[in-house]
Amino acid sequence: MALLLLLVLPVLGAAVLGVVGAARRAPEINAAFSLATFLAACVLTAGVIRHGSLLLGAEQFFIDPFNVFLVALTAFVGLTTALFSRPYMRVELEHGRLTAGRLRLYHSMYQLFMFTMLLALTTNNMGLMWVAMEGATLSTVLLVTLYRTPGSLEAGWKYFILCGVGIAQALFGTILLYVAAGKVLGAQGMTALLWTHLDAVKGQLEPTVLALAFVFLLIGYGTKVGLVPLHSWLPDAHAEGPTPISAVLSGLLLNVALYAVVRSKVLVEGSLHSELPSMMLMGFGLLSVVLASLLLWRQRDIKRLFAYSSIEHMGIATFAFGMGGPIANFAALLHMTVHSLTKSSIFFTAGHAAQKAGTQLMERIRGLITLSPTVGWGLMLGSLAILGVPPFGVFTSEFLILTTAMRTQPWAAPILLAALAVAFAGIFSKVQPMVFGETSGRRLAHPPALLPVFAHLALVLLLGLYIPPYLADWYRAAAHLIGGP
Amino acid sequence: MTQLPLYQQLLDSCAALLLLLSFAMLSQRRVVTLVNLYAVQGAVLAAATLLLAWRTGEGHLYLSAVLTLALKVAFLPWLLHRLIRRLEIYWDTESQLNVSGTMLVGLVIVVFAFALAQPITRLASTATRSAVGIAVSVVLLAFLMMITRRKAMSQVVGFLSMENGVLFGAMSASYGMPMVVELGVALDVLVAVLVLGVFFFQIRERFESLDLHHLEALKEHE
Repeated sequence: MALLLLLVLPVLGAAVLGVVGAARRAPEINAAFSLATFLAACVLTAGVIRHGSLLLGAEQFFIDPFNVFLVALTAFVGLTTALFSRPYMRVELEHGRLTAGRLRLYHSMYQLFMFTMLLALTTNNMGLMWVAMEGATLSTVLLVTLYRTPGSLEAGWKYFILCGVGIAQALFGTILLYVAAGKVLGAQGMTALLWTHLDAVKGQLEPTVLALAFVFLLIGYGTKVGLVPLHSWLPDAHAEGPTPISAVLSGLLLNVALYAVVRSKVLVEGSLHSELPSMMLMGFGLLSVVLASLLLWRQRDIKRLFAYSSIEHMGIATFAFGMGGPIANFAALLHMTVHSLTKSSIFFTAGHAAQKAGTQLMERIRGLITLSPTVGWGLMLGSLAILGVPPFGVFTSEFLILTTAMRTQPWAAPILLAALAVAFAGIFSKVQPMVFGETSGRRLAHPPALLPVFAHLALVLLLGLYIPPYLADWYRAAAHLIGGP
Repeated sequence: MTQLPLYQQLLDSCAALLLLLSFAMLSQRRVVTLVNLYAVQGAVLAAATLLLAWRTGEGHLYLSAVLTLALKVAFLPWLLHRLIRRLEIYWDTESQLNVSGTMLVGLVIVVFAFALAQPITRLASTATRSAVGIAVSVVLLAFLMMITRRKAMSQVVGFLSMENGVLFGAMSASYGMPMVVELGVALDVLVAVLVLGVFFFQIRERFESLDLHHLEALKEHE
């Protein structure tokens, strides 16, 4: 029931907002639907905590601790982003960057995007997961180009073509999986793409075909995770689209794509009994961390800066999943959570800062702390949190990942540490003058919504200081499901 | 040497035709012809699906053939032609690589694709498994086309042709995908083309051209 509501509410929201999305109260309606979705997610989560994994809807939907935690996170950030976008989009409308019609498109597509992500997370069918992932791309393409500037059109086109090609590879990978499964589960079986069934027989699946399938799946979904060298759409799409979309792309979509990669990895590892999937994840992860932390230095646009930081953090999580084992998986899941919360709060403040300064160029954003202490402090604290300064949660997860790396993959630990240091210096040296220094901004007609920012940062702080036992159990259960050496 | 049954010969000819069409698309500069070639590719795919459906008696393959026919032979080419007329784009510019060069690269790709398809062919138990290599070739050739072309419209046809290749692969390796998935994929393709239509007009409104070199400004910011 909760699942049904979870999936129906965003679709209903998209339909309603497709009609009234330009009305004066539309931002509130958007937030109300997001709130309802979040409540449904809470009920579902409570159910899974109490009764364990669920298999629903003729086995087409499967909820276990691994995906229910992402469902809760997705619905939560979806809600806070909707709250943030209320004043933000009103200001954009008044600055003449949008028309009423585009605002309607924005609200409707926002809900549709939430739906595709929730579907991708909850479905048990690898094929449906593919359909939902492609749907997530399609529902956001027109949001990236919402401002119709040359830059945004370029970003949208790149996003569409690169993710489209990537996702076509993933479809091929899914088909290979189906072929291999058909051998064991009976061809023509409707069950041959269901993850639970695949998981049950993964030891008998033909290893060479599965290895091939994994390469295609990793390239396909990896494009959406933003793994280097498939990342080039990501900074453009984040920088050129409206800020609430940057926040959900970075905070949620990347997580969902990584979820798809990890689900595939579990199957392939069970069939292959070799290091190949782990090595590939670690390699791609490390490459992303290193390259992104170097490219950070060359950025002049505030949203591009943090987009590269997202690539870096997704690289860290991918690397940790590659190492596998209970502690690394635990750390990777925690990292996904705290990164998602921190990064979206950073995008919220960066969006307000850019609105105040009238530009996204960092050299022209100055002295936020005198203009608006809350925005200034929000950006500073968010940046410190994402850079892994204790006591924030990112520190905990990075610390766990680094110590595990030292123990099991000693060659990688120094590289990782050096890249983190480079990223630290890069981001800190750019954020510091934006927050302090002479001011250059203006006042805005609508007061910024800073509740989401500080709510996220408080949660990240909490996760750094103390992880409640039930949450730790939950992460542990999910980490166990992912397995690994 | 034993004589292959008739349906097998027909299916193999369909596969060969698909490969030929891929090469034809690779060398074609006229956008209108490109879209026509895409429609023919869809028709061959539908014919192969129909043949397979008749042979195996799989109900969902009939449906899949009808879906292909409606979407890829009728609707999408019609939509693309309409876009071409409205936007007045008839020719692609010189691609990054000249035609003979592209063809040579294409040949290498086909050899590579057959090598790649080896383990799948060994595993699959379908009568059509020998065509998997061709399906992989179609996918990779479409990929090549997307890389070498400059105009947005040619890239889109490349993308759609890649999707045809993937579907043909699914068909020859395992007699298609479960119906839910196939419907979902068709829906995604349909929506993708509609979104693209909107997108084209946005690009056009902004740049008065669909040449993609206008869309390379963001690189310079780095």
